[in-house]
Amino acid sequence: MSTFDATGSDARRPFTGRRARPGDLLLQGVAALAALGATVLVVLIAYKVVDGARLSLSTFGLGFLTHTVWDPVHGRFGAAEFLGDTALTSIGALVLATPLALGIALFLTELAPRWVRGPVTALVETLAAIPSVVIGLWGILVLGPVMRDHVIPALHSVLGFIPLFGPASTGSTVFTAIIVLTIMILPIVSSISRELFLGVPAELKEAAFGLGATRWEVVRGVMFPYARGGVAAAMILGLGRAVGEAIAVAQVIGAFDNGFSWNLGNPGDTLAAKIALDYQGATTKLEISSLFYLGVILLVFSLVVNLLAQWIVRRVSRRQGLAR
Amino acid sequence: MSTFESSPSPLTRPQDRLRRRRATSRGMELLAWLAAAIAVAILGVVVYSVARRGASQLNLDLITKAPVPFAIGNVKQGLANAFVGSLVLVALAAAMALPVGILVAIYLNEFAPGPVKSAVSLVLDVLNGIPSIVIAIFVFGLLVVGHGQSGLAGSFALATLMLPLVARATMEVLALVPDSLREASLGLGVPRWRTTLSIVLPQTIGGVITGAVLAVARIAGETAPLLFTSSIVGNAVEWNPTKALQSVPVAIWELSESPTPADHARAWAAALVLLLFILCASLGARWLASRSRRKLGRATR
Repeated sequence: MSTFDATGSDARRPFTGRRARPGDLLLQGVAALAALGATVLVVLIAYKVVDGARLSLSTFGLGFLTHTVWDPVHGRFGAAEFLGDTALTSIGALVLATPLALGIALFLTELAPRWVRGPVTALVETLAAIPSVVIGLWGILVLGPVMRDHVIPALHSVLGFIPLFGPASTGSTVFTAIIVLTIMILPIVSSISRELFLGVPAELKEAAFGLGATRWEVVRGVMFPYARGGVAAAMILGLGRAVGEAIAVAQVIGAFDNGFSWNLGNPGDTLAAKIALDYQGATTKLEISSLFYLGVILLVFSLVVNLLAQWIVRRVSRRQGLAR
Repeated sequence: MSTFESSPSPLTRPQDRLRRRRATSRGMELLAWLAAAIAVAILGVVVYSVARRGASQLNLDLITKAPVPFAIGNVKQGLANAFVGSLVLVALAAAMALPVGILVAIYLNEFAPGPVKSAVSLVLDVLNGIPSIVIAIFVFGLLVVGHGQSGLAGSFALATLMLPLVARATMEVLALVPDSLREASLGLGVPRWRTTLSIVLPQTIGGVITGAVLAVARIAGETAPLLFTSSIVGNAVEWNPTKALQSVPVAIWELSESPTPADHARAWAAALVLLLFILCASLGARWLASRSRRKLGRATR
């Protein structure tokens, strides 16, 4: 009887030792060890980063988050300015990337001729493969000067009454960082949105078309509501990526940490970029520990972002599972 | 029909409204086309910028000659130390991450009970979401403080980034292997470990290679994890991973911060080589993936 037990649903259950052979135990043991190792690794990352920040945590406490000065000479450190610039760059990138990504996803699922879809999908995803240091190199030497000489002055002359669009002082600006981040998160948001749009049941769309809706009305009335939760998750993941990006931002943003400004034409500094730029410059224990504190903020944020996105996806898929 | 409409003003007759709705739809379609065109144009502009500036600097010296500090005049110099360093770092990282990642995937797909599977999958997602700069300071705190920088520390940081990518890719292909194959093998009395290693795993080899190539392409361009772990280096070519090794991304990063145009030129050339490698690897992997998926799809039918 027991010889047939290893079929069907039982085939995936772990061996309980009933008829386990040494080879089975060995493979299962080694594989389980690897999985345990991956789990321990994540715990170890959290522990080590918090451990490195301990001195700064006990010195500044939560006041670190609201304190604006980063002054290695007098040993006073605060992250408020980096938090401000991080919010400005990542939200700015999200604002630019989301409509673009939705447009790309719609193009790829609804509009493009069949022979165009494959190549364009591959090209957009290739954008994600470009290393951040190369995008940063392009950002600092090509995009930065163009932004300073043309884009920012043009926006300033038209929209100058909004504090965001002030004049540009140097080639390293927050705005350049926003564009660079937009390029980097565009593929993530668009590829997730594309999959969501592909998942919209054809009956729903056909029903709307049958009622005489135009294509845009189908998109707005059927596809967007259906994919809303998933798009939110995609945006959150894109935001997480933008917040965590260090290298490209550090190259283009100008490493300016003497006060936050709303003007996108000014240089600035984000959490991740600050860590990357100070990798060799930090000398005192307190400064190194404060850099770890910035890392703690990033780590907590990335955890929240991932769990939130997972939660949304799970909720949405359960609801849609019930709807069918 | 129009008789039922409340107060049909002469300006919004039904056919006018239909025309307007169609125009809106057309306009939105145009915007979607435009969005796709912008994305492709961005890729084109970035690749073209790198190619145009890098190509003129591209010669064998870049790969065979070490950099010369304070070079005056037309000295032949390259970034041999960076290319050798990247080779060693990426090879070591792959050697660490590939077996562990594949084993994790085997455990989750073939052995783990449901709750454990979803818990560890979540852990992998979390690991994948941790910014590389945080991985960098983690490895700095774990291996560099007190011991100094080394290629091993750098490749460990890269392996940490690579692990979730490999595990996830392997899990995806393992899930495609039909259960009937496992059942047939187990039914013939083949032990489970041999079923897994010599029946199930060979089916996935194409997908695993694809995942591995994509992961290698991803980490070959990573700068942040190496800044803290393997960046304080000399100009000599170094193969020994117990010393700090230069790498291509870190070299580009340093040269891009330099004020000299000659350094920028070398940065563009190195960026071009890196970009070519990554684009070839990821496009090749994609092609391989579509091929092996088609094959697996046929097997299931």
